Amino acid sequence: MADEDKREVDAYSGVDTTGHEWDGIKELDNPLPRWWLWIFYASIAWAVVYMVFMPAVPAPPGFDGHTRGLRDHSERANVAQAMNDLQAQRGPLFDRLQQAADTGGIEAIENDPELLNFALAAGESAFGDNCSTCHGRGAQGAIGYPNLNDDVWLWGGSFEAIRQTLHVGIRWEDNPDTRFSQMPAYGRDGILSREEISAVADHVMALADMIEPTEAGNTTGREIFELQCSACHGVNGLGDQTQGAPNLTDRVWLYGSDEAQIENTIWRGPYGVMPAWEDRLGEETITALAAYVYLLGGGERSAFSEAALDGAHQASEAGR
Amino acid sequence: MSAAAASNKTGFDASAMVVAGLLGLGALWSLISAAAGADAAIRVHAWVIGAGFLAGLFMMARIYGDGGLDNDKTQYNENVIKAGVIASMFWGVAGLLVGVIIAFQLAFPALLSFDAFPQLNFGRLRPVHTSAVIFAFGGNVLIATSFYVVQRTCRTRIAGGIWPWFVFWGYQLFIVVAATGYLLGITQGKEYAEPEWYADLWLTLVWVAYLLVFLATLMRRKEPHLYVANWFYLAFIVTIAMLHVVNNLAMPASLFGARSYSAFAGVQDALTQWWYGHNAVGFFLTAGFLAIMYYFIPKRAERPVYSYRLSIIHFWALIFIYIWAGPHHLHYTALPEWAQTLGMTFSIMLWMPSWGGMINGLMTLSGAWDRLRTDPVIRMLVVSVAFYGMSTFEGPVMSVRAVNSLSHYTDWTIGHVHSGALGWVGFISFGAIYCLVPWLWKRAGMYSKALIEWHFWIATIGILLYITSMWVSGIMQGLMWRAYNSLGFLEYSFVQTVEAMHPYYIIRGLGGVLYLTGALLMVWNVYKTIKGDVREKDEAVKPQSAAIQQPAE
Amino acid sequence: MAEKTKKANPIWAWHKKVLEQNSIMLTGGVLVVVSIGGLVEIAPLFYLDETIEEVEGVRPYSPLALMGRDIYIREGCYTCHSQMVRPLRDEVERYGHYSLAAESMYDRPFQWGSKRTGPDLARVGGKYSDEWHRDHMRDPRSVVPESIMPPYAFLETTPLEVEVVEGRMRALTRLGTPYDELGRLENAVSDVYTQLDPFAADYDGFLERYPGAPVRDFDGNPDMVSELDALIAYLQILGTMVDFSTYEAEADENLR
Ligand code: HEC
Ligand code: HEC
Ligand code: HEC
Ligand code: HEM
Ligand code: HEM
Ligand SMILES: [Ca+2]
Ligand SMILES: [Ca+2]
Ligand SMILES: [Cu+2]
Repeated sequence: MADEDKREVDAYSGVDTTGHEWDGIKELDNPLPRWWLWIFYASIAWAVVYMVFMPAVPAPPGFDGHTRGLRDHSERANVAQAMNDLQAQRGPLFDRLQQAADTGGIEAIENDPELLNFALAAGESAFGDNCSTCHGRGAQGAIGYPNLNDDVWLWGGSFEAIRQTLHVGIRWEDNPDTRFSQMPAYGRDGILSREEISAVADHVMALADMIEPTEAGNTTGREIFELQCSACHGVNGLGDQTQGAPNLTDRVWLYGSDEAQIENTIWRGPYGVMPAWEDRLGEETITALAAYVYLLGGGERSAFSEAALDGAHQASEAGR
Repeated sequence: MSAAAASNKTGFDASAMVVAGLLGLGALWSLISAAAGADAAIRVHAWVIGAGFLAGLFMMARIYGDGGLDNDKTQYNENVIKAGVIASMFWGVAGLLVGVIIAFQLAFPALLSFDAFPQLNFGRLRPVHTSAVIFAFGGNVLIATSFYVVQRTCRTRIAGGIWPWFVFWGYQLFIVVAATGYLLGITQGKEYAEPEWYADLWLTLVWVAYLLVFLATLMRRKEPHLYVANWFYLAFIVTIAMLHVVNNLAMPASLFGARSYSAFAGVQDALTQWWYGHNAVGFFLTAGFLAIMYYFIPKRAERPVYSYRLSIIHFWALIFIYIWAGPHHLHYTALPEWAQTLGMTFSIMLWMPSWGGMINGLMTLSGAWDRLRTDPVIRMLVVSVAFYGMSTFEGPVMSVRAVNSLSHYTDWTIGHVHSGALGWVGFISFGAIYCLVPWLWKRAGMYSKALIEWHFWIATIGILLYITSMWVSGIMQGLMWRAYNSLGFLEYSFVQTVEAMHPYYIIRGLGGVLYLTGALLMVWNVYKTIKGDVREKDEAVKPQSAAIQQPAE
Repeated sequence: MAEKTKKANPIWAWHKKVLEQNSIMLTGGVLVVVSIGGLVEIAPLFYLDETIEEVEGVRPYSPLALMGRDIYIREGCYTCHSQMVRPLRDEVERYGHYSLAAESMYDRPFQWGSKRTGPDLARVGGKYSDEWHRDHMRDPRSVVPESIMPPYAFLETTPLEVEVVEGRMRALTRLGTPYDELGRLENAVSDVYTQLDPFAADYDGFLERYPGAPVRDFDGNPDMVSELDALIAYLQILGTMVDFSTYEAEADENLR
């Protein structure tokens, strides 16, 4: 070969060059590094072995399937297995929880520390990814999304009522049993004029003791309230949990407490929607969640007198 | 210009006519689309595109009114390379800046999202960043260096008259069209292939021209053999052409509209995309930059390439195996498992072929290790190769399914990307630019060697902040997603993991600021050098004449 | 050091003589070598029947959802959100049933994503109310204070470019999406309006063309067909099409 003639020995390394030169660049004729070559071989050998054991080679055109590999590995089967294992681990307690909830209600859960602990853990976990986006990380709520820590409930705060709410959702039209009610859009639909709305808002705020009663509120406002609103919110504005109509006197406002916000609520007719969870989360998780929500914040809980609980209970039963 | 030089002008030859025709057609299409395009987006975008074509025509009119392009066969064409170097730096800074912006958008979303400017939302800016750094910065570095290297190692002027210029300007137009498109919300939504069909079509033209220019130059070489850098450049150009054309096959909703739909759907589209995406890494960011390494390291170090045989074996092994590794981007997805197995095993086999390049790069320094101390440019090149080695080790590790089940979808991937991108791609490019600038502008050295030192250290610290923070946050994120408490329930909600990322996003952003600062120092240094403010001669810079050397015999 | 035996190896000589001296041969060699992997991996996905599971319920997007999907792509939601629940225990538990290949059979391009800065959205359909999406898109931090998602308030004030939908559906039809069936193409534009109005005359026809599609005003503003209408219509259908009660996960062909 011609370039064999131009080979020279590199002074530093003592290795031959290949005899070529490009713009001053030469090449040494070093062999492939041994370690490099062996690791390369080893990686190929390992790859071949791996392909023998795992699904790897697709069928040629005209055929179907692929080599399944000696391990007949399937990650879909694996995850099904993993979910079963999880179920096996948690199942017994879930069963007990379910049973306790169905027979003894929340008290039965509370009286069994192990169950309680379990329900809270399950509930907290599910709450983080499914509920906190609306109700907030601490279930503190936000405008339009109720606070779940307090003792104010739209649809009833008993364990059963909460469970039911979670099952069917609120105004969730895909669920035929969803909790439903609809306050008219008094302004948008032209039922009341701006002045009238302002007057009735005055009245509502006076009911809640947030402002001194005003002239308009006491006359037009009261009149309209008794005519239009009392059917749902009650003559005294105490609300009605069978219809999810909030108590307007408790100073807990779902849609904000200042005059403009209240007027806006009446104008547009609020229509809070919560998804139904029975398809997505399933019975067991919902039970745990209901317990978790019910038990949120010890301080708030003490506000429940047995009597109030009973009342809420009956109210929600009556609503069905 | 002297009379002799004037006689070396091309005149308005056939090539120029074809180019003018293409520009004219482009301008016509833009005009129609601007006036009567099928959707609102194109009716805005077409103005930008049309302006580009008109500017091209205008530029041609001026040049050919003056007799045409220089065509002195005894000289290398260095002007197009100079243009490429400047464009690289421009896009580099732009891309890094957008990187810094999106990094801080993730750290401080409330401060940095603008209701009035949806164009500047994270989702639209992120592709601007990735395209700007990979295609605009990286691509210009590749085009510029390849034009330089192919001329020098073939000892011939670049072929094609106007065509190298068409490649250069055509590519800039593509970049502008792509980037303005993203801002306007024009995207195909395939990572690294986001430009819409008309930009893709234009790039295809440019790329074919690039391939032909490169091949024609190889064919008129005065060296009997093709230097290894040219194999890598060639593999890069050919393969990117193939990948680009296939992955971008799409059906436009209208020939005068912006929107198109991928020719493939679902699982087939996914694998086609990652066949493309992975090999954009393999051929754009690896093969292409290895070509740079194979020229600039031996040239700057004045040492022979370590092993010719290694270069052959690792070249063919690399390009053969790379193509198979795409499915490692789709582990545990709905892609059939057999394909995932192939992706994983080939990624493992890819480790050594990748390291072949690293060995050849590092070992070429044997006999010149002392230069690491004295020459910051060599140091940059060597550290770059070290990062290359690191990310091509990390890559195969992440390709192992069990590892990927943790790393996939997390910041670990982002850390991996940027150890390759900032460390390898960035540093080798900076090194090449620091070599090229004094060579091309015939200076005795760079304006300030101290600034190169500063650039090196600031950028290195920047990289370390970036990749360590992303490793921590990525692994943490992956572990948090799968964490179960003792009762068997998910321990963290998704938003808790988002919250946990916050400090790391800040650190990453700071790393980015440092890296960008380094690049700005380089721009200043280059500017002063080009201006002629070179204080002292740098021993490491050997003058490179633009005159084509005749064969030694 | 250099071993003489290696130098005699004809492969080196051939490489030197043929590939290194003939740029066309080298180009051809490269092309052959880089074509193999893609052919072996991608082509089978088109001819192996098992690639896409047999399921019931997957249908093309309604015109409104299709426009919403285009907006999703336009805004780069995929840069933060994946749509691929992997068959891993934690993902199945967090997001729901793992994603099937069948679920993205009409997705051009696919939206599996490569980064989860935000949660996976493959099963977000029906998880939230339209109102929540409205609040969230307007200002994510108003509902999720820890969120780092950008606000997209302009969507609800930007009118949807309804008239382009037919051309887009035609393009998809050319690629094989069955919009040419059931009169879907003919009703392309009117179906956008129908989906936004439960009292529309063609309500039943629409549901025949797009079974299971939610029909209502999504953005809370019945007076305007906004981009937000389209985006929410898209989000609300994600992951809801497959009827998992009829899907046999354990069937051999579905294990893959
Ligand atoms: C899309 C947002 C959203 C999500 C997600 C959500 N909720 Fe709600 N939730 C609401 C709204 C809105 C209401 C109030 C409805 C109304 O105005 O009547 C509500 C009401 C409730 C109520 C009834 C409160 C009362 O005063 O009667 C409970 C209990 C509740 N949610 C618990 C949960 C739990 C547990 C989860 C998770 C499984 C959850 N929510 C997820 C929006 C949501
Ligand atoms: C058909 C039943 C119904 C009638 C009639 C009705 N409401 Fe309501 N109201 C509701 C319901 C249900 C809600 C809660 C809606 C929700 O949760 O989104 C509500 C909510 C409100 C709220 C918001 C409370 C908060 O916490 O923010 C105000 C204020 C209010 N109503 C005032 C009125 C006034 C004033 C009238 C009469 C002019 C009226 N409502 C008539 C059912 C009714
Ligand atoms: C910068 C990253 C980013 C971008 C871009 C982004 N998101 Fe998000 N997204 C998030 C984060 C983080 C969350 C989790 C916190 C939250 O709920 O806001 C999220 C949550 C969501 C959710 C709630 C998912 C769930 O199950 O809780 C939806 C739906 C959503 N995004 C839709 C979109 C759409 C549609 C777009 C584009 C128009 C988009 N996102 C763009 C980061 C992003
Ligand atoms: C100043 C320096 C840089 C900063 C601050 C920066 C920042 C970022 C950020 C914030 C992201 C988005 C990550 C996410 O979505 O979580 C990103 C993505 C990316 N960047 Fe950079 N970047 C820089 C430089 C570069 C360079 C030089 C390159 C390439 C040469 C590069 C290539 C990429 C790629 C490919 C991605 C997409 C990664 C993926 O999708 O997995 N970046 N960068
Ligand atoms: C042997 C070589 C390499 C292998 C096997 C490899 C492997 C991988 C793997 C497994 C991922 C993660 C995929 C995922 O989980 O989504 C990845 C992502 C990535 N790698 Fe590498 N890598 C290699 C080298 C490199 C180099 C040198 C660079 C850059 C210069 C690079 C750039 C990237 C980019 C940009 C991504 C992100 C793609 C995306 O998701 O958008 N890789 N690589
Ligand atoms: Ca494209
Ligand atoms: Ca990505
Ligand atoms: Cu890859």
